[in-house]
Order: sequence, then C-alpha cells, then structure tokens
Amino acid sequence: MSDLVDVSLIVNGSEVSHRVPARTTLADFLRQTLELTGTHTGCEMGVCGACLVVLDGQVVHACLSFAVQASGSAVETVEGLTERAVIADLQEAFHQRNALQCGFCTPGMLMTAYSLLSQPGVPSREDIRDALSGNYCRCTGYEAIVDAIETTARNRAAGGDAAAREEIDA
Amino acid sequence: MEALDAYEQAGSDASYIAGGQSLVPALALRLQAPDVLIDIAHIPDLRGIELKGNWLRIGALTRHAEVLAHPLIRQHAPLYSDAAPHVAHPAIRNKGTLGGSIAHADPASEFPAMTLALGAELEIANRNGTRRVAADAFFVDLFQTAIEPGELLVAIHVPVVNANHRWAFHELARRRGDYALVGCGILADVIDGAIAQIRIVFFSVGNTPVRAAKAEHALIGRVIDADAIAAAQAAVIHDLDPPEDENVPPAMRRQLARVVLGRLLGDIARQAP
Ligand SMILES: Cc1cc2nc3c(=O)[nH]c(=O)nc-3n(C[C@H](O)[C@H](O)[C@H](O)COP(=O)(O)OP(=O)(O)OC[C@H]3O[C@@H](n4cnc5c(N)ncnc54)[C@H](O)[C@@H]3O)c2cc1C
Ligand code: FES
Ligand code: FES
Repeated sequence: MSDLVDVSLIVNGSEVSHRVPARTTLADFLRQTLELTGTHTGCEMGVCGACLVVLDGQVVHACLSFAVQASGSAVETVEGLTERAVIADLQEAFHQRNALQCGFCTPGMLMTAYSLLSQPGVPSREDIRDALSGNYCRCTGYEAIVDAIETTARNRAAGGDAAAREEIDA
Repeated sequence: MEALDAYEQAGSDASYIAGGQSLVPALALRLQAPDVLIDIAHIPDLRGIELKGNWLRIGALTRHAEVLAHPLIRQHAPLYSDAAPHVAHPAIRNKGTLGGSIAHADPASEFPAMTLALGAELEIANRNGTRRVAADAFFVDLFQTAIEPGELLVAIHVPVVNANHRWAFHELARRRGDYALVGCGILADVIDGAIAQIRIVFFSVGNTPVRAAKAEHALIGRVIDADAIAAAQAAVIHDLDPPEDENVPPAMRRQLARVVLGRLLGDIARQAP
C-alpha cells in the first residue's frame, strides 16, 4: 500500500514530476508535495467542495482522485486561475460584496463559479444556487456568494468580457 | 482484458476503481481498505455510446455529465437524462461513471433504479467471456449485484423507447444533489390511451431499487385518470417496506412515495395524446 509511484503532470502550466506513495490524493499532492495550499481540504470525502481543481478542463474534487491517476493530465488550481487573471473580475466581485469571511471555502466557490461562468448564457440565481449545491460555506451564508457570481455573470454579458480578455493579454 | 488478469493476480483483496466518487470516500472513511486498486478508467471496451438496432449500448465508463448531455441517451434512454441532474453535484458528475453507480448499487441512487425502469441488460465480463443479465435479476441486495468478485461491468444495453412510450422521473430531496428521501421513475407503454405495460421503480425505499408490482398491476389496461391514480396510490403502500430510520420513518417514506407516484402518473396522463 505504501508503494511509491512516479507522478508526472502539468500543474498551472508547468511540468512537475515526483515520486509519492500510491495512495496520495491529488489534494495532498498539490498541498504537501507542491506546496500549493490554495486548494483546501475540509471533509476529504467529496462533500464540502473546498478542494475543487480543474483537471483536463473539468472541475473535479482533488480529494477524490489519487495523484497517480492524474499522471499525464493538466491540472489548474486557484493559484493558476489567479495568475492567468481569468477570475480577476470574479475575485473583485467577491471582495466588493463581502462574499467571504474566513475564506476557507472560497477557492472551491471560485472554481465552481469559474466553471459555471465558462458555459454559454447568463445563469439565473437558481442556476447559481444549483451549481453551488456541492460547496459548503460555514460562515458567510450563500446570499453574498450568489450575488457576487450573478454580478460577474451580468458584467461579463454586458461586455465586461472584453475587459477580462485584456487583463489576460496584459 | 488486462484488468481481469490483474484482479486474479492480486487475489481477493483488490478493488476496481472507475470514477472513484464512491470508492475514495469509502477509503477515506475506512469503510474499505483493499490492498490493491485497479484503475479501469482507461479501458476502451468500457467506453462509447452507440445505437445497435433497437438497443442503445452505453459503455460503463460513461460519466454522469455525459449521461446528462448526450443526445442519443436523451432520445433513446430518456429516464437516465431526466435523472442525471439529480445525481450528486456538477464536479462529481464530471468524474462519476454510470457503470460505477450501477455496480455500486446504492439503494438511494438514481441510475440503478432507472436501469431497472428502462428494463436494461447489464453486460458483465470475466476471464471466460461475457454474459448479459436483465436488470430485474441484477440488483440482489444492499450494495450487492449479479457482478461476482473480479468481474467487470462492461456496458449497459437499453431497449430504446418508441412512440408508444411515456415516461417520468421525480424525486424528493432536502437539497438538490442530496440523496433522495424517495424517488421514482416510470416507463409506460400506452396503446389506444390505455396502459399496456408499465414499469414503476422506486429508490431510497429499501435495500435495492424496488419495482412497485402491485401499483403496476392496478394500472394495466386502464386509462390514467383520477380513479386509476388513486388505485395505484392505494396499492403502492403494499409494495414498499422501507427500513427503520430515525429521520425518515417508514410511514413517512410510504406517504412520500404516494405523493411522488401521484405526481408522476399525472405527468404521464398529460403526455398521452
Ligand atoms: C458528495 C457526494 C454526493 C453524491 N450524491 C449522489 C447522488 O445524489 N446520487 C447518486 O446516485 N450518487 C451520488 N454520489 C455517488 C456518485 O454518483 C458515484 O460517482 C457513483 O455512485 C460511483 O461511480 P464511480 O465511477 O465514481 O465508481 P467508483 O467509486 O470508482 O466505484 C464504486 C464501486 O463500483 C465498483 N465498480 C466501478 N465500476 C465498475 C465496473 N465497470 N465493473 C465492476 N465494478 C465497478 C468499484 O469497484 C467500487 O466498488 C455522490 C457522491 C458524493 C461523493
Ligand atoms: S475536501 Fe474535497 S470535497 Fe471536502
Ligand atoms: S467564508 Fe468561511 S467557510 Fe465560507
């Protein structure tokens, strides 16, 4: 069970290679091996959503995959999204609307919102709530989080997209 | 298949892992501790969705998110599409597989019940070959199916719906994405306005998905009107034997089942031409 395995993958655009115990979860690999602590671990059983990452273009729970299963894949964490500035407007909206207090849930909330806002159309509040059904927040309550995501969706639809794209180019 | 050999070599203490969305939480909770995990997520034979005559073959590795969006499933096995938005949350649907859900056979899960409602057949492989098991014989007991240790679920074969079919899905859950308190899927064959055949399958009411045979019987040959619905609701009470549960006592589950059945039959009555 403690067999070591080679894990090679692309994390936030850089190739990484490490030898880790086979049962290392992707969440522990990111946090402990790579010291990318933006990905949080709460429940470690798929319930709280704090550990969400983008794996080959799709948002998944890093606590429910083993690192070795992600070998050969491309992973992006909240650090990567932040560096690419693709969620800068979303982060600003969270800040403006006080959509976080302790911030423990925030990386997961941002991941879910990022995924939702990547789909065509402007989501309703109902759609946003539905998308957030797998994300727990223990302090802020969900109203402000839904507000921040809704604001970002509307701004993007109203042409804020262009501004976001400029930020990426910059 | 290589995976079948790997299991044989590992001895009894091995487990296949597909999407990992049920297995990894079970490992984290120390409910299971297999020595060896065999990752089946990349086996080509377990993939793909294709129409073969009057059957739709859905590879076991088809993810919940694909089930939700795939046009062939929407057209030919629509109860899966209707159920999919209620299965877990978006991120879990990106990894969890239809085959994993059916093999796991959680009695509160949507897809095993819809497999039974659709009258699907399950293709199972072992080292000697493959066999097909009807859904009616597949779900044996709590988390137990016709899949023997070391065997793999390869594909789900669904008889495609035709112009006479009517169907409906509904569940009651505390929040979207939670396991249902009670849920049900119905597939009915309606000829000249009357029910010729019907499959009514409940989930979250017992150890396996449960076919409501008495309620089905009460509807055969009838037009779905208020009387027929009342008769089915009276009968369904005797179809279900929900487990003792502090939070949801059996009487409450039976009552919720009556409500769900009434709504679904109303839906189906409105669909009939
Ligand atoms: C927070 C949370 C909420 C959830 N909510 C719901 C819900 O509302 N409804 C619902 O239905 N499910 C829910 N699930 C479970 C989810 O749908 C799982 O993805 C699914 O049940 C299992 O599929 P998997 O591919 O992830 O299987 P795995 O976890 O990989 O495997 C599950 C079991 O099936 C076996 N297995 C898998 N594939 C095969 C195969 N092809 N042949 C033989 N054996 C196989 C494995 O050995 C294992 O024993 C939830 C999960 C979580 C974590
Ligand atoms: S840590 Fe992964 S969902 Fe809670
Ligand atoms: S801000 Fe503290 S858990 Fe959400």
